[in-house]
Amino acid sequence: MSRLSVFGLLGLVIRRDLLLAMRRRADVLTTLIFFVMVVSLFPLGVGPEPDMLRKMAGGVLWVAALLASMLSLPRMFSADHIDGTLEQMMLAPQSLTMMVLGKIVAHWMLSGLPLVLIAPVLGLQFDMPADAIGVLMLALLLGTPVLSMIGAVGAALTLGLRGGGVLVSLLVLPLTIPVLIFGAGAVEAVSGGMDAASNLSLLGAFLLFALVFSPFVAAQALRISME
Amino acid sequence: MAINWFKYSAPSTFYGLAGKLIPWFAWPAGLLFVAGLYIGFFVAPTDAIQSEAYRIIFIHVPASILSMFLYLILAGYAALGLIFKTRLSSMMASALAPTGALFAFISLWTGALWGKPMWGAWWVWDARLTSELILLFLYLGFIALQASIEDPRRADKASALLAIVGSVNVPIIYYSVQWWNTLHQGATIKMTGTSMHVAMQQGMFMVLAACWLYAIAVALTRVRSIILEREANTQWVKELQEVKQ
Repeated sequence: MSRLSVFGLLGLVIRRDLLLAMRRRADVLTTLIFFVMVVSLFPLGVGPEPDMLRKMAGGVLWVAALLASMLSLPRMFSADHIDGTLEQMMLAPQSLTMMVLGKIVAHWMLSGLPLVLIAPVLGLQFDMPADAIGVLMLALLLGTPVLSMIGAVGAALTLGLRGGGVLVSLLVLPLTIPVLIFGAGAVEAVSGGMDAASNLSLLGAFLLFALVFSPFVAAQALRISME
Repeated sequence: MAINWFKYSAPSTFYGLAGKLIPWFAWPAGLLFVAGLYIGFFVAPTDAIQSEAYRIIFIHVPASILSMFLYLILAGYAALGLIFKTRLSSMMASALAPTGALFAFISLWTGALWGKPMWGAWWVWDARLTSELILLFLYLGFIALQASIEDPRRADKASALLAIVGSVNVPIIYYSVQWWNTLHQGATIKMTGTSMHVAMQQGMFMVLAACWLYAIAVALTRVRSIILEREANTQWVKELQEVKQ
């Protein structure tokens, strides 16, 4: 067998994780349903006034996206950890960082991308104007991968621990605050008649920064957890 | 004569050194607290704008400064432990965490007490308040992660990585919160920009020094307990006077 190129490896890991997820579709759907449910609870909690709902829509959707992505984090490595695949991956001569990046991308495609795609429907529930919905989707598209990347570090650190699910949220949520601020800020800027470019640029900067560092840090965290 | 710079990086030698050092930090800390607070509460003049309520700064400001510095020191020790695999560094990091969290909490608490008469609200979503709250969350995350891992070596390394990631994030979080705050509302009341009275300065610096000394003394005390706990099965611990009794 010829030696895999780095990107061949990346594609392989992504394809494998997607295939595994497609065999168990319920896992993907629960995250999505959770997201829709949390967003739908807000109007019931704060009242149905359209003005207020329009104003808080961006923030509500972002907080819900944050919670939904926390929900699916413990699954990122745990199944592979239990059946021993993760150990094999670490023994493989290929770069663990690249494999972790593949798992992050797959995780985002299964938990982040569906949120981006369903967000416009939820935006309509909150009577958001069309341009705000567009910016919301763009902001989620830039921001949700960052959530998966930071989350990967937390998931790797808490691998196999008791109560890992709650713990990972405790570790990761404070670190995701900048994403929340600028993600919701972009939507609010458009609603207020301002330009969202600065917020979106910062989200893009976070994405690049996280893309460079987080797979490596998460790989180190995996090594610590698997020792 | 060759000096062994790493003599005290071994827990067994540091245990004794820490025990000798603690009184040298603890007593000055206590004396400076009393002196600083006396100056703060009785000598320093009443503020023209904030009247008596400003006196909370003698506790609030040192606590805030300490809470931030201690996180950096904690992350520094954690990084040392991770890079050079020195066990003592990791122990120092875990010894500092509760003190840092305590100072962050005191800072928030006294800030709320000051905010009520000054701003008319216990809590304002001011940039500094919010970032202090997030700092407290980071401390709690560090402590929680360490508490939930049973193997101490893994706990040290995992929490060290978390502390490093956190310290990289701290400036990003700080500026995010600041920009978010200016986007949402105008700047809230700032601390008066006028130069401080000499007695106020003296009082504050004395309490600040006291807080530093206290933090060091407490961290050393705690690290001694951690050393004893981790090294309980070793010969040198069993031969200690206080263990034999």
